[in-house]
Amino acid sequence: MNGLIRTTARSLWSGSVSILSRPVDGRVRTASARLLCAAADIQKDLGEMVKKDKVVVFMKGTPGQPMCGFSNAVVQILRMHGVDDYAAYNVLEDQDLRQGVKVFSNWPTIPQVYFNGEFVGGCDILLQMHQNGDLVEELKKLGIRSALLDAEESK
Amino acid sequence: MAVTADHIRNKLIKELEAVHVEVEDTSSNKCSTSFKALVVSSQFEGKQLLQRHRMVNACLAKELEVIHAFEQKTLTPEQWEKLKSQ
Repeated sequence: MNGLIRTTARSLWSGSVSILSRPVDGRVRTASARLLCAAADIQKDLGEMVKKDKVVVFMKGTPGQPMCGFSNAVVQILRMHGVDDYAAYNVLEDQDLRQGVKVFSNWPTIPQVYFNGEFVGGCDILLQMHQNGDLVEELKKLGIRSALLDAEESK
Repeated sequence: MAVTADHIRNKLIKELEAVHVEVEDTSSNKCSTSFKALVVSSQFEGKQLLQRHRMVNACLAKELEVIHAFEQKTLTPEQWEKLKSQ
């Protein structure tokens, strides 16, 4: 019994539908019910994920190896401001996450940036905030001092 | 429904009362359907960046289901005039 539960949990995480209509406690769980469960779990997890860290980025690839120009742009902008300590989730690794975050944020594309649990926007918005000085202000509100301020002062 | 630059342009003009719209199909630069849009509308007055982008997203909700990547710049008529004069 424990083995079945463990395998079910693992396949929920990986998003696979390996166990289809196998009876569990005499009830037959259909594939669509299982997918709904997985989707609901992702929404709940996302709620926690975006609050766990001050800066959270959902991107394609990783900060060390971005797999898309827009995701890379977000990484570069954060780096310019000296923000290296943030949570980055690679949506390419998890199709449920990739779809789920779009539903969660009600935003159609990746990358997606969150500050203090609040959705900020995608690459366009972050770039514009960087260009008009808003990003420095927003980081300050998070208690993060932008590296660009130090660069200014050392001039 | 074929998502083309013209289709997107017309929809934005109609639904956001945009006074100026430029839509570029950037799919050739990327490996899938992508577009870049500049939208100028007085409906953006007094709205934060995120709000503006959400308005555009809402307008193009159906299209965005099949578009892979989408860049957008949203300006009020005043901001657009200022940008042009630079």
